[in-house]
Amino acid sequence: MTLAGQADQMTPLLEITGLQVAFDEAPVLWGINLSLSRGEALGMVGESGCGKSVTWLAALGLLGSRARTAGSVRFAGQELLHAPARHLEHVRGRRIAMIFQDPTSALNPVRTVGDQIGESLQLHRGMDRRSALSEARRLLDQVGIPDATRRLGAYPHEFSGGQNQRVMIAMALAGQPDVLIADEPTTALDVTIQAQILELLQEIQRERGMALVLISHDLGVVAEICERVLVLYAGHIIEEAPAVRLFDHPTHPYTRGLVGALPNLDGPRRRLAAIPGVVPSPADLPPGCPFAPRCDLRTDRCGECTVELTSVDDNADHRIACLHVTGQRCNDETVAA
Amino acid sequence: MTRFIMTRVARAVLTIAMVVTFAFVVLRASGDPARAMLSPETSADAVEAFRKAWGLDAPLWVQYVKYLLAVVHGDLGQSMRDGRTAATVVAERIPVTLMLTAPALALNLLLGIPAGIYAALKRDSFTDRLVMMVTVAGFTVPSFVLGLVLVLAFAVELPWFPSGGAGSVRHMVLPVVTLGLGGAAVLARFTRSAMLEVLGQAYIRTASAKGVPWRRVVTGHALPNAAIPVLTIVGLMVGNLIAGTVLVESVFSWPGIGSLLVVSVVSRDLAVVQCILLLVAAAMIATNLAVDLLYGMFDPRLRDTRSAGGA
Ligand SMILES: Nc1ncnc2c1ncn2[C@@H]1O[C@H](COP(=O)(O)OP(=O)(O)OP(=O)(O)O)[C@@H](O)[C@H]1O
Ligand code: SF4
Ligand SMILES: [Mg+2]
Repeated sequence: MTLAGQADQMTPLLEITGLQVAFDEAPVLWGINLSLSRGEALGMVGESGCGKSVTWLAALGLLGSRARTAGSVRFAGQELLHAPARHLEHVRGRRIAMIFQDPTSALNPVRTVGDQIGESLQLHRGMDRRSALSEARRLLDQVGIPDATRRLGAYPHEFSGGQNQRVMIAMALAGQPDVLIADEPTTALDVTIQAQILELLQEIQRERGMALVLISHDLGVVAEICERVLVLYAGHIIEEAPAVRLFDHPTHPYTRGLVGALPNLDGPRRRLAAIPGVVPSPADLPPGCPFAPRCDLRTDRCGECTVELTSVDDNADHRIACLHVTGQRCNDETVAA
Repeated sequence: MTRFIMTRVARAVLTIAMVVTFAFVVLRASGDPARAMLSPETSADAVEAFRKAWGLDAPLWVQYVKYLLAVVHGDLGQSMRDGRTAATVVAERIPVTLMLTAPALALNLLLGIPAGIYAALKRDSFTDRLVMMVTVAGFTVPSFVLGLVLVLAFAVELPWFPSGGAGSVRHMVLPVVTLGLGGAAVLARFTRSAMLEVLGQAYIRTASAKGVPWRRVVTGHALPNAAIPVLTIVGLMVGNLIAGTVLVESVFSWPGIGSLLVVSVVSRDLAVVQCILLLVAAAMIATNLAVDLLYGMFDPRLRDTRSAGGA
């Protein structure tokens, strides 16, 4: 391997540091740090509203003018946050593609499926209309849509939800991206279809060596597909660990609740909801640990200190944000050190 | 598709039949054409003779059946005022009226739609607020008030345009503006909200997320979707335009169909009034049909429900 190749392996493909997002002055993300390597499958879990989608929409500059963003999102060495539109357009779809929760409403109802896939091909692969259409047919075929030639001219309302998600995946593949962000790609689908779509994603990820970010409510799904998992709570990352380890040793009190609430990996999947109490809105979090109002281990200190991600038991790739479990000292006590 | 057209045609025929009947009954119930047409000093014998000549002495239902039969044969009757056929009298006014309505419709579309799109794209900006303020004024002020204000301002105070009559392009300006502005305001507001609705849809985010430049997201993804609801309003506006024409033609003494209608109603010139109402009904039906066909072009989701079954 060349030196450059090695450097390529060492530096993450994408690195988010201190990402903060607020809507109308109400904070939603409080400073997210994460990195993604080439070809890696990263999972993100957390209850509804914790900021999973916003993280990636912010990274790609898709939040619109009401959102205030701060921090840094570096992709292949270049800053994306507040980057000029022209630069972002070159990254979106071409380097980082995204698919969404409800595929049928994510596709334009008045344009044919072939046209919408073709648009990506024309944008990112410099194809003309004709070759774009024939490549679109090949992609449809690849994502498992039968009778692709005829279906190119069909509209999204003529497809089922699962087929539309396949179309979305074909469209994402059109740009041959380095990263695919799948934002709850199966939440809106039937259980049997869910499994097929996940299988397809996994297969494509392996074949193409593409990095995959899988956002889900469902820990089980994430554990099956991803190597590493981030757990979000109210706009904070509160635990980060290899998927296997997260299951065997969930460490943050919140994650322990989540894993405990999972029936069993082979049983029917359940959503994360079994922890008593409600998620506070990220905008009006208590000071200190965001989980404190629902935490059994809470002490007074939890409400006073800023809690940071810290390695567990010298295990560099397993980190959590909890004062008591890591024995982390209060930041405010360690200022001198 | 054939079934779709058949039902449309049946509906159109029914609508026209209703309009004809309604006009027939109301016009005859609300006054005696002979009295309205002839001067008050006319002798009773002369009035009777007039009635006989125009068939007004027969029972109402006989008149009605006769009239219907004639209409079915394409005979719309004669004007009591000048003896020519009603169709001729009305037809010669059509181009005069179109000289107002066509530019007014163009003003509606060319001013209203771009203003609405622009306001939506610059949501909450100064321009957006300005456009919205102007449009509130535009559609709350009734068109005859607007007409009078325009006459006072640009015909009386500043004698730039004639205050009424026809004959030159300068005569057209004030009535066209009066007729066009209100509709443009309605259309601007409606286009703006349709655009905002569409811009909030998930597929717009998808288009941006796949790297489509914003300009093309707007033209290629947002506009074709926003066009569908806007089309509905444009269809309705044609009706408003026809109603507005009657008013505006009166205010500006424009010798079109609107003025003819007013004169004919006052003098109970039955055949002419009925002929105008038929024309209006036909125009509305044609508009609706055009709107429906355009819907099918703009919205693929409507296409297959029509072709009964579809793929
Ligand atoms: N456009 C927006 N305007 C205002 N607030 C928003 C907007 N988008 C997201 N939020 C808020 O940001 C927070 C995080 O939202 P986000 O969509 O990232 O949650 P999520 O983790 O993806 O949840 P879900 O599992 O329901 O998709 C929520 O409180 C949400 O209300
Ligand atoms: S810091 Fe305190 S409140 Fe927060 S998770 Fe740990 S023990 Fe619970
Ligand atoms: Mg989400």
